[in-house]
Amino acid sequence: MSSSLAARRPSLSRLAVYATLIAACLVYLVPLIVMLLTSFKSPDDIRTGNLLSWPEVITGIGWVKAWDAVGGYFWNSVKITVPAVLISTLVGALNGYVLSMWRFRGSQLFFGLLLFGCFLPFQTVLLPASFTLGKLGLASTTTGLVLVHIVYGLAFTTLFFRNYYTSVPQALVQAARLDGAGFFTIFGRILLPMSIPIIMVCLIWQFTQIWNDFLFGVVFASGDAQPITVALNNLVNTSTGAKEYNVDMAAAMIAGLPTLLVYVLAGKYFLRGLTAGAVKG
Amino acid sequence: MATLELRNVNKTYGSGLPDTLKNIELKIGSGEFLILVGPSGCGKSTLMNCIAGLEQISGGAILVDDADISGMSPKDRDIAMVFQSYALYPTMNVRDNIAFGLKIRKMTPAAIDEEVARVAKLLQIEHLLGRKPGQLSGGQQQRVAMGRALARRPRIYLFDEPLSNLDAKLRVEMRTEIKLMHQRLKTTTVYVTHDQIEAMTLGDKVAVMKDGLIQQFGTPQQIYNDPANLFVASFIGSPPMNFIPLRLQRQEGRLLALLDSGQGRCELPLGTGEAGLEAREVILGIRPEQISLAGVEGNGLPSIRAQVQVTEPTGPDTLVFVTLNQTKVCCRLAPEFAPQVGESLSLQFDPARVLLFDAETGERLGRGRAPLDTVGTDNIAQFRGR
Repeated sequence: MSSSLAARRPSLSRLAVYATLIAACLVYLVPLIVMLLTSFKSPDDIRTGNLLSWPEVITGIGWVKAWDAVGGYFWNSVKITVPAVLISTLVGALNGYVLSMWRFRGSQLFFGLLLFGCFLPFQTVLLPASFTLGKLGLASTTTGLVLVHIVYGLAFTTLFFRNYYTSVPQALVQAARLDGAGFFTIFGRILLPMSIPIIMVCLIWQFTQIWNDFLFGVVFASGDAQPITVALNNLVNTSTGAKEYNVDMAAAMIAGLPTLLVYVLAGKYFLRGLTAGAVKG
Repeated sequence: MATLELRNVNKTYGSGLPDTLKNIELKIGSGEFLILVGPSGCGKSTLMNCIAGLEQISGGAILVDDADISGMSPKDRDIAMVFQSYALYPTMNVRDNIAFGLKIRKMTPAAIDEEVARVAKLLQIEHLLGRKPGQLSGGQQQRVAMGRALARRPRIYLFDEPLSNLDAKLRVEMRTEIKLMHQRLKTTTVYVTHDQIEAMTLGDKVAVMKDGLIQQFGTPQQIYNDPANLFVASFIGSPPMNFIPLRLQRQEGRLLALLDSGQGRCELPLGTGEAGLEAREVILGIRPEQISLAGVEGNGLPSIRAQVQVTEPTGPDTLVFVTLNQTKVCCRLAPEFAPQVGESLSLQFDPARVLLFDAETGERLGRGRAPLDTVGTDNIAQFRGR
């Protein structure tokens, strides 16, 4: 009786919870709204209005100019991010498979050392990485930058897959071995098809990391090969001419949209993957 | 089908650690059903994994059809296994689960279809072929796991506690089915269990294990009637054998076991026995079904009066508990003769069926010969017919 009443009329505490949530949402959304509004305003409009005012005339000129300025670098970022994400995820999956299902002498130590990589700040690897790339003849190339991203990402992707596979019963691998399957057959036919949630987590994580990366991009890529984050910085920091905030905002949106898109498309897997293994089915 | 022989198999996980398997020796013929039974941690699952090749042995040899397979990888051993957790491939449907091993062994699609159909029919899972393991009940998953093993037609089948995840009713049903299947297919099988009823009902041969050692290897009847030591005697049989600690006496050259219920005493004559036995602490073992109500007509068997403390009617029998020599003793009586609590009964024992164990080592005393008197064996039939 009382519960059905409560269901019909939300209590005061329930209202307070919703109010807090909506307030928190607004705090997060306001910058996005400001950016979107500004990107569609004309420069005059920006000077006369305030941040949250509706554009007097909606114009796409900011977006066109922004695309002219950073569009080429957008494709650079794609060329860097796609191979780096795919390769680091695949290798991380293989690493995790070995570290959970084919333990060898010292594999725990190996995993421990690998975890160290998760805590290394970017700055500390800059010099050794550039030295290594120089030795490999990959200095200032896209391939070199991709390689750095792969190596740096492996610590995370290995951790994800290793922990996911630890919750997979060892008996599955044993059954497959008795069925005659080898190392790669078991990986490809049994484990990978079970790994969709964690693959999604890994893809989102790596995509966000690599697409948003600025430091490696500015250090290891040069000139026309730079990623969009570096190009955006160069655009916004130009000291010549009048500041075109609409172009800056549009360029920032262009730089940020792919990550947003990945979250929207694969976000449900992200949550599912993070909680997978917490409850055994 | 094939013969299986284990020769002096040892397994250790590193120097300094206790051995997991110690000098395992056993041999079964083609088509025989071997049970490995023992409490958890006794090494029975390790032994099975060694036979399958999932773990390497540290010493000895595993022979299938007289050829040593201990160095071979699991896939070359031609052995199939049913896992306790079933280990069905979760992303494949039942058909693909059964066909997986066949595909890897490069059978033609037509032959695979035929084999899957044969196995599905055998196990009555034809209607489940399109389903994923997650959509099956425990009993159905169990059948699929057996189907996957059967489809390969390997030389040896291994079962690792296959029934322990099922509920009690289904477990009994599947037990009978496994037995039927084995009678029909005559496959050499090794079956690990901790359940002594499964061990007794399914096995042609039983190996009772404890602490990495085989305590006794024989037919279920041998294990039951002629246990090698206290552990085997206590592990096999339900309700378990009664163990009464006492000190033997010797009168006129014959050994006597003195029982005292508080209401009466009786002397069990145990034959001449070996010298020095009377000085030792021994444990007298007698199964609940070997204690009976004393008949009206005298048959010469020793009897004792005792007071009933608890009764447990199980349906076909009633378990009656009395105290002998300060030890609780269970007797298995026919329900129609079951007494009330507090009542006093006259119980009798056949000294020829009584076993003696060394109180210190737990070893059977006088096993393999007839140290105990054979008094009254002729009367047993009469009494067991109650």
